[in-house]
Amino acid sequence: MANDENDLITGVSAQVPIAVSAVSFDSEVVGEQGLRTQGIHVWFAKHHVLEDVCLDFPANSVTGLIGPSGCGKSTFLRVLNRMHEFIPTAAMAGEVFLDGEEIYGPKVDATAVRLKVGMVFQKPNPFPSMTIAQNVLAGLKLANIKVLDKDSLLEECLMRAGLWKEVKDRLKASGSSLSGGQQQRLCIARALAVKPKVLLMDEPCSALDPASTLKVEETIVQLSSDMTIVIVTHNMQQAARVSDYCAFFLSDGGPGQVVEADRTAVIFSSPTDARTADYVQGRFG
Amino acid sequence: MSAVIAENSAVAAVPSPKKPWVNRRESVRDTVPSLIIAVGVAVASVLLTGLAGPLGFYVTFVISFLVASFVSGLRHDSVKAIDKAMATLITAGFVTAFIPWVSILFTVFKRGASAFYLGYFTNDMAVTSADDDLGMGGLSHAIVGSVIILAIASLIAIPFGIITAVYITEVKGRLRGLVRVMVQSMSGVPSVVAGLFIYAVVVSKFGFSGVAGALALSILMLPTVARTAEEVLKLVPDDLRSAAYALGASQTATTFRIVLPTARSGLITASMLGLARVAGETAPLILTAFYSAIFSLKVTGQPLASLPMYVYQNFTTGTDTALTRAWGGAAVLLGMIFILFILARLSGGRSRR
Amino acid sequence: MVEGPPRRVIPNLRNAVDKRFSRIVTAGAMSTFVVLALIALFLLVRSAEVFKEFGISFLTESKWDAGSGDASQPAVFGIAAMLVGSVIVATMAMILAFPFVIGVSLFLEYYVGKKIRAVLVAILDLMAAIPSIIYGLWGYLVLMPHAAGWASTINKYFGWIPIFSVDVENFDASPFISALVLGMMIIPIACSVTREVYSRAPRDQIAAAYALGSSRWGAIRAVVLPFGKSGLIGGMLLGLGRALGETIAVLLTLNLVFEVKFQVLASAGGNVASLIASRFGEATPLESKALMAAGLILFILTLTVNFGASFIVNRSTKDAS
Repeated sequence: MANDENDLITGVSAQVPIAVSAVSFDSEVVGEQGLRTQGIHVWFAKHHVLEDVCLDFPANSVTGLIGPSGCGKSTFLRVLNRMHEFIPTAAMAGEVFLDGEEIYGPKVDATAVRLKVGMVFQKPNPFPSMTIAQNVLAGLKLANIKVLDKDSLLEECLMRAGLWKEVKDRLKASGSSLSGGQQQRLCIARALAVKPKVLLMDEPCSALDPASTLKVEETIVQLSSDMTIVIVTHNMQQAARVSDYCAFFLSDGGPGQVVEADRTAVIFSSPTDARTADYVQGRFG
Repeated sequence: MSAVIAENSAVAAVPSPKKPWVNRRESVRDTVPSLIIAVGVAVASVLLTGLAGPLGFYVTFVISFLVASFVSGLRHDSVKAIDKAMATLITAGFVTAFIPWVSILFTVFKRGASAFYLGYFTNDMAVTSADDDLGMGGLSHAIVGSVIILAIASLIAIPFGIITAVYITEVKGRLRGLVRVMVQSMSGVPSVVAGLFIYAVVVSKFGFSGVAGALALSILMLPTVARTAEEVLKLVPDDLRSAAYALGASQTATTFRIVLPTARSGLITASMLGLARVAGETAPLILTAFYSAIFSLKVTGQPLASLPMYVYQNFTTGTDTALTRAWGGAAVLLGMIFILFILARLSGGRSRR
Repeated sequence: MVEGPPRRVIPNLRNAVDKRFSRIVTAGAMSTFVVLALIALFLLVRSAEVFKEFGISFLTESKWDAGSGDASQPAVFGIAAMLVGSVIVATMAMILAFPFVIGVSLFLEYYVGKKIRAVLVAILDLMAAIPSIIYGLWGYLVLMPHAAGWASTINKYFGWIPIFSVDVENFDASPFISALVLGMMIIPIACSVTREVYSRAPRDQIAAAYALGSSRWGAIRAVVLPFGKSGLIGGMLLGLGRALGETIAVLLTLNLVFEVKFQVLASAGGNVASLIASRFGEATPLESKALMAAGLILFILTLTVNFGASFIVNRSTKDAS
């Protein structure tokens, strides 16, 4: 994917958005560590798709991004690991802070960001030309990271992804010889191998059957004990099962916005905004 | 712990869109030093060692640019270094591949232009000999001959090509898989073998002629027309055919009145592409239409000139003026093919990536 | 056991117009069969005498002599030198073209934006349309002076390797120069296939590679190159088919010598196609039959390569997810 050099900088210099306060679940918990976003706007050419998203993601927790389709949740996810910029017409405003450092800063290496912020996609995509073992370690090879004990890392990642028992005897089989749910867990193991601080998941279970979905959800909950997870999901029951915090995205025909963000229990039982209540009770979306 | 919910008050000013990942200054700062170093090393090596002129410069430039980008990439890490080096290598490969073609275009039109004069397109070589200067003689016979041969070839190849495509997509005959294989095989016939075949069948009995040349070219033209036409006909949506059949139309009427007209521009493209492919073929013409220096419209019983043969003849003659005339013929031939290509694209029935 | 009531047989009564249409169209399409069969037939018939007389030596003998027409100097025809020459020139052309095919295809698909790509692809297609006579003309008159110089440099430093040695210090019109020109002709043909395949590399896997922190080259190596392997081979084979049957470019840039030689820098070589084109003019009756036989061999050769190529390309398009 070639980076388009077309610049959308207009004559107007950047303005700091006025009168916006960040949504944080607890400022003390987040502090200087963790993932924070400030005033995120996203455009595709002139088309404004996300407006003023300010979310803080507490460490070692799962935050679910919920809302009807087309509100920009997946786009927002891609802003978090600098994958948004692969689209030629992409433009943005605002800041994203990871452990206090702005990831869009002028000297920041995008590939280094992606090593710290991993992503699992909607459709499982293991590399078919590699074996299961090679798939898990692919991130190390691509980023030229030297690891002394590859085998124990391999086992650790597959264990954490909940796949070790099922594949430990056929690590040399092709990556695409597994079932859909197993492939997705392989992709999770692959993402874990480079030891990210944050794991982004874009509807990771929507292409899976219910049994595999349950297994992946178990994995997500276990992983959240030592990493920050942000998961986009259309399935509200899944959000209720898996996430500690939820952010509700909505678009009224214009750019998407965060309507409300709070602990999952609050969002589902006593949301503040009427629109949240409507969505959560299934009246639309 | 309670949550602090945002007061999403109407933001007074929406910030302007930016692309913070585009860092022109950084990328310039990365490449320019490597470029300068590379040029320096290349110049030095040409002057100091025995490496000859432009090629030596180019090769050392590329190699030193490669090394310099790799080293500058090491400033970050080895992955970046390799990435930069590969980007340089691939770009260099691309440029290197293009240089000869640019040279061809340049040479053909520059040297060919020296053969051009006012009478070049209206005179033939009947009375001019190879040594006569460039203000005499011309290639009218070659142009006319080529046009005639290509016209006859088209009259054969285009209908048969389209009929074959119709067989595959409309009639959907039982043998259509086999027919596609046959078309594939025909496109693999070497041009000289097509010429050889027509030589065996026609020329050995009737001598060289324009018709023989056209027959040989049509063998080479048909597969291109058939394959492109098939793709174009497949693009015609089935709903159109269904609508026609539902109205009670026969397959014949549907094909002639709905499908073919819908695909018309694509079929024109197919024909132009087929023509462009064979317009420059020399080998089959050597064996079938051969060459004559005289302007003629006679397609049977005697050899007929053509642009490729004009170029070939002048090349084998070998004198300076003959070679310049060869370039002139090449320029006209290339011009003709480019025009055909542009016409094919303009009638753009096929969507290209 | 098929369930349900017995199936009705629906009569296929087409009206007269359609029946006639169908017949005409089928006949037209059969022309392809006819032409191919006739080509094969005529070549076989005309060359039968040659094969009967010379047998397998036609393929192994490298001398080509029309003889003096009487018994004192019998004709000897063998295409061994030309066959070997065809293979040498075509193989060299492939080796020279190979890195550039990959480079150009990757460059067009992954290193430039959409608009520039459209322009460059159009130019590439135009380059594929340049007729071989012009390649030959340019190769002999423009490239050869330079290439002869490169050849002599290679010979100077690497002449101890047998294929780079020469018996006579003449580097004009060598297989090396022919291979350079043929390589240039192969590149656009192979690129059209390879580029298409590279563009169909699964985007989600490329995204996965980037999400793992890969650089552009890393993603290409991990996803695009393995995916495009069979397309690349198919494209190269297509180019090989063209190179084997190429007549005029070789005729102009290679000095025809009837001797099996493995010295690629020397001014001698040949391929079957240029043999036919150069000799048929003054061929004796027997000689023209021998040329037919050579044509038949060439036909079989290019047909095989072409089928191999399309088989591989078709298989790769089927595998594309």
